[in-house]
Amino acid sequence: MVCDLCKNGDAVIQLTEIEGSGVRQLHLCEKCAAERGVETTIGAAKPQINNFLQTIHEQMPGAKGEPVHCSFCSSTLADFRATGRLGCAHCYEAFEGSLRDLLRRVHGNSRHIGRRYVAPLPSELPHVSNATELRDRLKRAIEAEQFELAADLRDKLRGMD
Amino acid sequence: MLDLTLLPDGGASWLDASGEHADIVISTRIRLARNLEGYAFTPRARDGERLRILTQVREAFAGLQSIEDGVLLRVDELPPEDRLLLHERHVVSKELAGLNEQPVRTGAAVYLSRGVGIMVNEEDHLRLQVLHSGFHVADAFGVLERLDAELGNKVPYAFHSEFGYLTACPTNVGTGLRASVLIHLPGLVLTKEIGKVLAGLQQVGLTYRGMYGEGSEVVGNFFQISNQTTLGRSEGELLDYLVRVVTHVIEREEESRRVLLRDAGYIIEDKLWRAFGTLRYARSLSFDEAMNYLSGVRLAVGLKLISGLSVYTLNKLLIFSQLAHLGNSEGRALTESEANVARARYVRETLAREAE
Repeated sequence: MVCDLCKNGDAVIQLTEIEGSGVRQLHLCEKCAAERGVETTIGAAKPQINNFLQTIHEQMPGAKGEPVHCSFCSSTLADFRATGRLGCAHCYEAFEGSLRDLLRRVHGNSRHIGRRYVAPLPSELPHVSNATELRDRLKRAIEAEQFELAADLRDKLRGMD
Repeated sequence: MLDLTLLPDGGASWLDASGEHADIVISTRIRLARNLEGYAFTPRARDGERLRILTQVREAFAGLQSIEDGVLLRVDELPPEDRLLLHERHVVSKELAGLNEQPVRTGAAVYLSRGVGIMVNEEDHLRLQVLHSGFHVADAFGVLERLDAELGNKVPYAFHSEFGYLTACPTNVGTGLRASVLIHLPGLVLTKEIGKVLAGLQQVGLTYRGMYGEGSEVVGNFFQISNQTTLGRSEGELLDYLVRVVTHVIEREEESRRVLLRDAGYIIEDKLWRAFGTLRYARSLSFDEAMNYLSGVRLAVGLKLISGLSVYTLNKLLIFSQLAHLGNSEGRALTESEANVARARYVRETLAREAE
């Protein structure tokens, strides 16, 4: 395949550009790719996380209709956009819609088809205090200034006493 | 100072140069990212939560049959030079060792047994990993699968019916599996074919990094090739695919080496013997310099130009000539120039012993 730009060199790079809502694919030779700032030589491999954060910023404007924060760990979508890390397993449900789109872009798919897992029954596990978990959530909610959630958690804790 | 000989295999059985294509593929590493239900992910968790996670998994480790005689190291209680030592030995990540911008986290620990490790309170609560010498994907995964199944019966993993195993970073979600092969590609670099091969990898969903993973530079022509996506394909498919592509890369490397010998025989031979000569007699060597000459000598051994030098020795030189390893054997932390002198002496003496 020849290069889409100079129509001369051997195309070795496939570049996907996103312009507005459209996607355009370019096949480039090493020289034209280098001119467009695409790394073709060996050097430090670009840290993946930077590319990933860029993807989040490009693809994830705050989705409407989703809760502003996760009710378990009090993280917000803005926290995720800033760090690229979710706060806890429940964030996957709290921000499900936005995440599904992001996962499709990152992995080309949003459905796990590998091994299935069934967690052991709570009765088979060593006892973990529920109150300790609630206290952690309460501290985090207060730090995140989510006072309504904090009040809920405090009520639950009082109910346990 | 940390005495790594106390570990079940010194944390270094992956250097023994067994396994297929051991002169080209140094090691195969596979890891699974797992998180426990009921806690925030590690970066969001509070100190107390991370310590409870550690207590919970520690109890679970005690009864594991798939890794007996393990040793648990509290990474958060080790001084910086020992954390660097573990990182250089490839048993903990930069993040767990607190060598990134972030300081080491309270509760950071690693459980080590023969060729198997479990990092606790890394970016995910658990990172299960197997490190195997040579190109040995199926065997390595077999060990890991058994460990994962056993541990998953003792602690509840966070799992979602649609998204699979849940991880702090969505780039790991689904299988949580990252398999990487540490491979030496001097032939492709010298014939300038490497750019095409690396660009090709990225087109087919694989990625490459330097020897120490994310963000590390490529030195000494050592590359880590790994899968980039973790969701939407089964564990078996991800691994088969990596094996197919890496097999192809090995063939391309072997082809390049034949071309080099055919078209530039004496130039290559001269270059590689000069590398050997420098390592054999230099009095001061920087790390990058040592890596580059070791790359040359490794190629010379692969091409059978130099005989009597084992791949195992070459692997050991890669690891033991690093800063924290040199300091560990001297019994004190070294400055960079002291390390350069110690490195040259270590390399010289090792090569001299082998030549006898």
